[in-house]
Amino acid sequence: MTDPWIALRRFTQARIALGRAGHAVPTQALLDFQLAHAQARDAVQLPWNINAFAGQLRDIGEETLILQTPVSNRSEYLRRPDFGRVLTEESRIRLCNFKARGVDVALIVSNGLSSTAVERRGIALLQTILEGLRVRQFHIAPICLVANGRVALLDDIGSVLDARVAVIVIGERPGLSAADSLGVYLSYAPKKGNTDAERNCISNIHPPEGLSYESATRKLLYLIEESVRRGFSGVALKDEMDGLLGEGKPLIE
Amino acid sequence: MKYTKNFKGQSYGFNHLKTLLGKASPLRSADELAGLAAVSEEERAIAQWILADLPLTEFLAEPLISPEEDEVSRLIAESHDCDAFAPISSLTVGGFREWLLAVTTSDQAIASVRWGLTPEMVAAVSKIMRNQDLIAVAKRCSVTTRFRNTIGLPGRLSTRLQPNHPTDDPKGIAASVLDGLLYGNGDAVIGINPAMDSPKHVENLLHLLDEVICRHEIPTQSCVLAHVTTTLELMRRGVPVDLVFQSIAGTEAANKSFGVNLALLAEAHDTALALGRGTLGDNVMYFETGQGTALSANAQHGGIDAQTCEARAYAVARAFSPLLVNTVVGFIGPEYLYDGKQIIRAGLEDHFCAKLLGLPMGCDVCYTNHAEADQNDMDNLMTLLAVAGCTFIMGVPGGDDIMLAYQSTSFHDALYLRRVLNLRPAPEFEDWLNRMGIFDGHNALSLGFTPPRLLGVINELTGETL
Repeated sequence: MTDPWIALRRFTQARIALGRAGHAVPTQALLDFQLAHAQARDAVQLPWNINAFAGQLRDIGEETLILQTPVSNRSEYLRRPDFGRVLTEESRIRLCNFKARGVDVALIVSNGLSSTAVERRGIALLQTILEGLRVRQFHIAPICLVANGRVALLDDIGSVLDARVAVIVIGERPGLSAADSLGVYLSYAPKKGNTDAERNCISNIHPPEGLSYESATRKLLYLIEESVRRGFSGVALKDEMDGLLGEGKPLIE
Repeated sequence: MKYTKNFKGQSYGFNHLKTLLGKASPLRSADELAGLAAVSEEERAIAQWILADLPLTEFLAEPLISPEEDEVSRLIAESHDCDAFAPISSLTVGGFREWLLAVTTSDQAIASVRWGLTPEMVAAVSKIMRNQDLIAVAKRCSVTTRFRNTIGLPGRLSTRLQPNHPTDDPKGIAASVLDGLLYGNGDAVIGINPAMDSPKHVENLLHLLDEVICRHEIPTQSCVLAHVTTTLELMRRGVPVDLVFQSIAGTEAANKSFGVNLALLAEAHDTALALGRGTLGDNVMYFETGQGTALSANAQHGGIDAQTCEARAYAVARAFSPLLVNTVVGFIGPEYLYDGKQIIRAGLEDHFCAKLLGLPMGCDVCYTNHAEADQNDMDNLMTLLAVAGCTFIMGVPGGDDIMLAYQSTSFHDALYLRRVLNLRPAPEFEDWLNRMGIFDGHNALSLGFTPPRLLGVINELTGETL
């Protein structure tokens, strides 16, 4: 049985007006869901070609640093979020020795739970973010690329670099409708032990259905400037940008 | 060693009550991650044996975190009612399990000890109960709350209509709301997780939901699940807020990491009460919890296992007489609940513990795509919870939340439970569904009927005549 309000589907990717077989979904809707779930499960396991990503950034003139977390494989990444929140000792020493300390913005990229998201959208989003930061004359550290990282890694790296603000661009966990969504998190005065309440989040960056790179960047720049002006980030930093998009509900990681 | 047992010549001992509780907990990845789980199946079974022999009074004598250093512990100690506790004060944990299951114990007797129970006692007894025990006892606990309808009556199952959208597009959200209503969902609450938490933005969503509810005189309530500080600010500005939402946890430190404390929750509760928007009752709060939240929040669990920490969050919830509480059981990820088996067990534990403590407990029966779980696990859990008298489940279009990127229960799933278990929506909402012609008067969807008034809304949205 089909639903007469099927025309509503044009307004959302949500699985509305599916119709029904008795109380249940029709067979086609059932199989469609199962295929989407299978694809999302596969996407979680995909590795990230970090060297190729660094190459793409170098090609557009950006300096990068490839760093590591103690995570040894994808299965460990899923079970040990604590490993994904810190650098290895070797990477920490490399970063400590790096001369550009005391920067305005530390920019970090990790595949997180979706390598597809970073590979498909990472460069485009970074370009708009970097352009916005440079227009505002922020001093930016080389972009830190770290595979298998968690959000809190921004505090570890940001504190080593003594950055005023740390920003991480990270692949969000694949959903059935979008397996390639990016999230951006911001932490003012990053230091280890900072909590979710001290971070701001912009999630669901996956145009055209999700947030556009421009909107996400505009939002991020607003949050960076406000956090620098007011001296804090997180839930206390309310977004009062009229008509623009706010800080988002962090997906608990 | 304070808690000991000899078994076949080997002696087992645990220094602290919280260590014993962690070791006695059925296996889950959160406790393994925190280093609190038993190292062997035998150690777990022995710990459960020791736990079963402990008197309930031990939990009053040995707070897991000192009340001096944790306001949740302080709340638990201060709200403990000795008179209510009296009938069970001589029982051990094992004896308490048998008391809860006994036919000679009335449902009323179970309800009357609510405020004599601490979360730790309830968590402890759950650890030595099988899934069928958790179901059977939860089924005996009736908890009824009211705002614009009556939630939690026996033989009823409510749903939260969850019309999330990745950019909070009003038309996209409205389309999902209509779909949900036309499938008979939304009596617990129409609740949006905003993709963005900015006050202006949340305000727009609240107006959208308020208009839908007022225009169609739907006996239900709305909620935009923003941070409590955002909602508080909006209430002060006169924005139509029905329910105040907040995620909460079982320790002061974990709550702090969420940016909340008891005083802030009390302020929000008082402010919402003063609005007087409920027509049938004044339960104005909506809380979400979930095993592993304290651990995910920078390991602010104080050495307490995930399930006991979760039960402590219910002490926070019940201090504010909420309309709704739900665990987000499979949402937090496989590092906390690894697979379908762990998610199902945790869902039943959370529902049992909350109901025994007197909370209107629902469940976001759900999983993420990095967990070892699928729809079949969710079918199992939702059916078990419905048998257990679960207050409400989620209604997400097709079970796929396109904003939060996880799978929950669908509008169709609620129809399934209504059919196989004859569970009805809240009575006022059921009347509305029948009046609108959405339901057929027999707890099922009418065949091929779109109510004319809702049809009008759809035509407005699409610009076409359906």
